[in-house]
Amino acid sequence: MRTLLRVLLTIACLLLGRAGVADAGQVAPKPPANDDCLACHGDPAAARANGTLVAVAASTFEASKHGPMACVDCHADLVALTEFPHPDTLKKVNCASCHDDVGATYHDSIHARAREKSGLNVAPACADCHGRHDIRGKADPKSRVTHAQIPTMCGTCHEGIKRRYDASAHAVALKKGDSRAPVCADCHTAHAIQRADTERSRLNATAECGSCHASVVESFTRTFHGKVTQLGSGRAAACADCHGAHDILPASNPASTVSPRNLQTTCGTCHQGANARFVQYDPHPNPRDYTRSAALWWANRFYWALIPGCFGFFGLHSLLWFWRSRKDAHAHGDTTR
Amino acid sequence: MTNAVLDTPSTMGSEPPSPDLPSGAHIRRFDRPTRLLHVVIMTTFLGLSATGLPLLFSDAPWSRVLASLFGGFHGAGLVHRVFGATLLAAVAWHVSNIAWRAIGRGERGLFWGPTSMVPQPRDVVHLVQQIRWFFGAGPRPRFEHFAYWEKFDYWAVLWGTLLMGAAGLILWFPQAASHVLPGWMFNVALFVHGAEATLAIGFIFVIHFFNGHLRPGKFPMDLVIFTGSISGDELREERAGEFARLVETGVLAQLAVPPPSAARSRRGHLIGTVGLTLGLGLVGLILYAVLR
Repeated sequence: MRTLLRVLLTIACLLLGRAGVADAGQVAPKPPANDDCLACHGDPAAARANGTLVAVAASTFEASKHGPMACVDCHADLVALTEFPHPDTLKKVNCASCHDDVGATYHDSIHARAREKSGLNVAPACADCHGRHDIRGKADPKSRVTHAQIPTMCGTCHEGIKRRYDASAHAVALKKGDSRAPVCADCHTAHAIQRADTERSRLNATAECGSCHASVVESFTRTFHGKVTQLGSGRAAACADCHGAHDILPASNPASTVSPRNLQTTCGTCHQGANARFVQYDPHPNPRDYTRSAALWWANRFYWALIPGCFGFFGLHSLLWFWRSRKDAHAHGDTTR
Repeated sequence: MTNAVLDTPSTMGSEPPSPDLPSGAHIRRFDRPTRLLHVVIMTTFLGLSATGLPLLFSDAPWSRVLASLFGGFHGAGLVHRVFGATLLAAVAWHVSNIAWRAIGRGERGLFWGPTSMVPQPRDVVHLVQQIRWFFGAGPRPRFEHFAYWEKFDYWAVLWGTLLMGAAGLILWFPQAASHVLPGWMFNVALFVHGAEATLAIGFIFVIHFFNGHLRPGKFPMDLVIFTGSISGDELREERAGEFARLVETGVLAQLAVPPPSAARSRRGHLIGTVGLTLGLGLVGLILYAVLR
């Protein structure tokens, strides 16, 4: 039955092709339509000679983001196909032929380098995350890459990290349906993923945390840690160094790295011998918050009086002096005074 | 400007300011250790400012560039600590020197009197008189050895260095500090270090520069702190009180020195020009960061 179909199709194509040539002289053969492809690939049992399935469900494809497109738009080496069945091995689909910006970003990522330079074939390419014929936009709830779905997606390879993430405050919020709770791609990006221990990643991460925790990051930039980080040094503590990355927990949780009972250990990672007094340091100070630190509040008040007072008084003093000197010099016709 | 004779107001002609004083003579004002102390404070203060400002204004576009002049943040931090320790050592030397002069040598007039740095009722009177003079309501005050704004500069630098030095040491050695201080003192120390720096940098590079160097009559700089001597004419004009006292007590002639050599004036000009340029440049960076 299948063989018969193939033969008939081939004949039809040849006839059509010849008709085209007859009509328009040198016009290229008409590319195969999706229906032509589905004639074989629409059969759920369609398989290569070695037995691997090559079936495509027409309904799945049509419901996908690429539904309106032709098969040969992606499988571009079949555009000029005249003979069916085509060879078993086709060129790899190049998503970047349309998605060139994403392609370029991905090309620099740790995943692409693993595949292309190290030959690590388990590292994901486009289809491993986005799917193939069932690609849907990330806003589509049925997509494999919706915000809520991403931890599961990345967790298929990064199982250990996924387990730690699942216990974190962020995962808990995500499960409660908080659409702002960060998932893997929020910190690591989706396509430009780099090693997380580089200086650039560390510096970018602070901004990422700040996209939700704005006031906390602002207070961080008032500290020595924050200022040094802003200057581009990766040696001072940034968010993840104290709070952890995948397993962030609120300070109220005894397992948290910033729980009062763990502070000496956490601070001690950099500041060897940090004692109980040492950890009374406030890594997120706010000089305007009296309840947080009265001493800092008073210091802020004091300098807000002292600095404008000094500059105001002596600034005026200097201006008047200048004015009087010019006036006197003018009166004496002496330009040096 | 460097030549006092050229600077003499026309009404005075070339007459010497005092019968005991040869025409064009200078009066000794700052001894060598004092001049050296000023150069050390000036150098370390500029160095501390240039290496500290990138951190104080870490979000300014120039912060990384300025830090990179010292080899990046870590280099700037190292230079900052070296300059800080040097400044603290200089101030410690000065304080012990004062103590020795007071106790060891029994020097009088160090803590009270016309040549003392200690603020006294006459300074309040002078301030009021100076403000009246600004408005043309009276003559210039007859200043003594140190005018009130000079005393303010001195105490501000001394107090500021001790306060910033203490805060700096806490931030430099937090673990050691935590044996006696609670951790929230690190927050206070960093805040005070930054606020006091803002005050000190603004005050020195604007107010002190104006009062000491840039104001009409001194512009572009007063060389006395580099050469050590002031012309007799200038002393009589600027510090009438001191001049009269020196004439009365007959000490004026003892303090007379020849005018500074051309080489010494040139050196003073060079040091002053570099200092003023760097200081005003840093003020420019701060204004850019604040007003942008």
